[in-house]
Amino acid sequence: MADPFLQVDNLSVHFALKRKGMFGAKSVLKAVDDVSFSVGRGETLAIVGESGSGKTTAALAVAQLVNAAAGSVKLDGEDVLGVQGDALRAMRERVQFIFQDPYSSLNPRRRAEDLVREPLDSLTDNTKAEKQQIVDELFAAVGLRKEQQRLFPHQFSGGQRQRIGIARALATRPEVIICDEPVSALDVAVQAQILNLLRRLQTEFGLTFLFISHDLGVVQHVSDRIAVMYMGRVVELADRLSLFNSPRHPYTKALLSAVPAVSRKDRAARQRILIPGDPPDPVNLPAGCRFASRCPHVMPICKEQEPMMQNVGTSHLTACHLTEQEEAAV
Amino acid sequence: MDPLLKIENLRIELQTRAGVAPVIDDLSFELAAGEAISFVGESGCGKSMTALSIMGLLPEGIGRVASGSIQFAGEELTTASRPRLRDLRGNDISMIFQEPMTSLNPVYTVGEQIAEVLRAHQGLSRRAAWNMAIELLDAVRIPNAKSRVSSYPFQMSGGQRQRVMIAMALACKPKILIADEPTTALDVTVQAQIFDLLRDLRRDTGTAIILITHDMGAVAEMADRVIVMYAGRKAEIGPVEQIIEHPRHPYTKGLISCVPHIHTPLTEEREELTEIPGIVPSLNDFGADSCLFASRCAWRTSDCTKARPKPVSFEGGQIADCWHAEAI
Amino acid sequence: MTMNNDPVNTPTEAPVEQARSPFAEAWSMFLRNHAAVAALGVLFLIVLGAIIGPYLYPIDPFEMVWAPFSPPGEEGFLLGTDYLGRDLLAMIINGARVSLLIGLAAAVVSVVIGVTVGALAGFYRGWVEEVLMRITEFFQVLPTLLFSMVIVALFGASLTMITFAIGIVSWTAVARITRSEFLRIRELEYVTASRAAGASPMNLMFGVILPNAMPPIIVQSALMVGSAILFEAGLSFLGLTDPNVVSWGQIIGSNRQYILDAGYTVTIPGLAIFVTVLAISLVGDGLNDALNPKLRQR
Repeated sequence: MADPFLQVDNLSVHFALKRKGMFGAKSVLKAVDDVSFSVGRGETLAIVGESGSGKTTAALAVAQLVNAAAGSVKLDGEDVLGVQGDALRAMRERVQFIFQDPYSSLNPRRRAEDLVREPLDSLTDNTKAEKQQIVDELFAAVGLRKEQQRLFPHQFSGGQRQRIGIARALATRPEVIICDEPVSALDVAVQAQILNLLRRLQTEFGLTFLFISHDLGVVQHVSDRIAVMYMGRVVELADRLSLFNSPRHPYTKALLSAVPAVSRKDRAARQRILIPGDPPDPVNLPAGCRFASRCPHVMPICKEQEPMMQNVGTSHLTACHLTEQEEAAV
Repeated sequence: MDPLLKIENLRIELQTRAGVAPVIDDLSFELAAGEAISFVGESGCGKSMTALSIMGLLPEGIGRVASGSIQFAGEELTTASRPRLRDLRGNDISMIFQEPMTSLNPVYTVGEQIAEVLRAHQGLSRRAAWNMAIELLDAVRIPNAKSRVSSYPFQMSGGQRQRVMIAMALACKPKILIADEPTTALDVTVQAQIFDLLRDLRRDTGTAIILITHDMGAVAEMADRVIVMYAGRKAEIGPVEQIIEHPRHPYTKGLISCVPHIHTPLTEEREELTEIPGIVPSLNDFGADSCLFASRCAWRTSDCTKARPKPVSFEGGQIADCWHAEAI
Repeated sequence: MTMNNDPVNTPTEAPVEQARSPFAEAWSMFLRNHAAVAALGVLFLIVLGAIIGPYLYPIDPFEMVWAPFSPPGEEGFLLGTDYLGRDLLAMIINGARVSLLIGLAAAVVSVVIGVTVGALAGFYRGWVEEVLMRITEFFQVLPTLLFSMVIVALFGASLTMITFAIGIVSWTAVARITRSEFLRIRELEYVTASRAAGASPMNLMFGVILPNAMPPIIVQSALMVGSAILFEAGLSFLGLTDPNVVSWGQIIGSNRQYILDAGYTVTIPGLAIFVTVLAISLVGDGLNDALNPKLRQR
């Protein structure tokens, strides 16, 4: 990996829940709990996980769209978590966000050109003519026509709307773009258009991507390294080939085995690992490993002590007592 | 022997502001008892409309069967009376939907809702229906069914709610189960559980399954045969393995290669994703006598815009509606 | 197989639609509600009459022009005269100005207060919301008529004070609607998207959320004009009115003793109030159709 450009350390996000009854204790949902990862310049790190894993919340916290309870986010060595005012604006200029749902993430009352220009209005001092020129360039870059600038979001198809979302994220020439499930709301035939576009733009603009997705097929296609999250924790972090070809954490293995395979060869090569049941209640997490209740290899220690992330190879980290013992045995 | 379900030259018209549009145009297929067939295509291709027409649940005043026939075990459904259809719906054909949250009534326990179906369709007593509900929850692998039967829908996870829906659909031992995107709202690990469950239920009860999906992976996992739909028309039909191996319609080809797949083992190389450029034609263009996919197709020639392609048959029962099917 | 992988040149994007503004779209929806269109026509005539009427019919509404209680149509007075022998038509025309003005101004007062309170409460949540909503509830449980009577009695029965009194007792509904819309919209993804684009809180509140919250607020304010006119009529009927101007409610109030002898002196202004308020309600209903996005797709 190149030098870490975006470095996230011990990030935690807590949500206070309504107390039960008038005198009940206020409970806290630890949506993201002590999460660390880093992304090199020009690299794509994917965070993958199922609903409730905290992947989107982690992304929002990095972009300062929800408040983090603890941790640090360093951009090129400079801590940007919790900055305010001008520093926050400067940070937003460098870190932009692409949202999951192109239907709800565009203000229905603004025209396409206004939507793309909004970050420029809020974050830069460009003149009107300069802004117009940037908007024109961005429309061309994402494959929209100039005469579509005057249209409103509902006059576009899903794929085109996502192009508007991408153009908008590119407006301030950011260095980091956080993509939160950018294709999961789109029809399959359109997904490829957007994925190819993102890849082209990454090279063209030298972008660093933090890519959030639940779709392992997509993740495999776009990422250089992958972090797997479960119940607010990163359980495995490895480069692409290492993660897909030799996953170490039982959850990652189960996740990989659950993806439907199209070709008969891949289906035959796959080992089905069923994980029964549902994840535990995120508000009352059990002691020990959060995956213990569904893990096929559960051991007594798993229900007592939470496993720590540790190296299991070059740039391959996992948090599991089983792999810990396997490594120790080697 | 007669097939369980036989659909011939079905045409369904939808009333829109601009006029009448054929959302299903000349669709024919047969479903044998115990078979699993899958409809695949993008949103708006008519795959859900087919399911609704089989159930006799087309939106009233907006959609209607214009011509063609739907025969269930030899009985014509397009002309069947409402009470007869209602009877069939609970007992012989049932359906599960994409969103298990909104398909369950939030003010009743899941047990009450399953028991209600049993009492209405099978005339069971209150007591017997309740016990049967517990059995069914157990059959769809809800742990601790005896106590979960008194849970309200909001107390269950998405996967469990979908299991409840399946239990309810199976309550009267239907001959056909229509599953409309049953796992789209669920996580992959839960999806795998639901697929396992459906496969086992099919094996144990001999229920035929019609799976409606947009995911070729799901088709490959679940179905024997597949019907690829595009803009209300059948693009291709045939055995799943054969079609995935060698699609004869450019749209099928596109659907398979437009999403990235995980190969074992994964290599440094990343497959090129095929883009299907443009978007689905608008409803107003659905009736046209030309290939509706032509505008997005890389194989387009002047033939394609002149007339609607004729079905071309291949061995093994694969049929593709494309002027260039032989060449692809 | 060579697929065209350059999205810029995708050959068959849908043709560019005409860029219709939301206003044009709302107007076309409004036109489909025939009752509302008719009511808008009636309302237009009433407003036109109020504006240019006094020039076309320049008779002083306070001057005694003929014997009292001349029935409509007699002696050349289209609507007759009241108990002091004043021309009823002149009074109705001049009264329209006052009634409509009070209705509009009071609605503006309550919308300004209501939107500000509701927006702040819905946007900031927390203690701001707690405090503002308690205040709103306080105003909501006050007996409105009594409270406004107290204000007018204490500070004098001038037009401004009456308008203010009506405004101050009727803003709570707007505040509640605004707050609930803000609570809903602030959670939508495009608001988060605007935050990611660097929008300031002010910009978020009034540039992003408020425009999307406007439809129900507009409908409510239209209805408020009607209820303010009714409220003013009620106050005038009770004698709490500016003696230097004539309003519809005041005409009814001052003639109420003679309702059995000269019913028309009460019926005619009553009818004017009825028609105006009904027209406003129907227009409000039309606005609801026009601005409700759920009805759009039909």
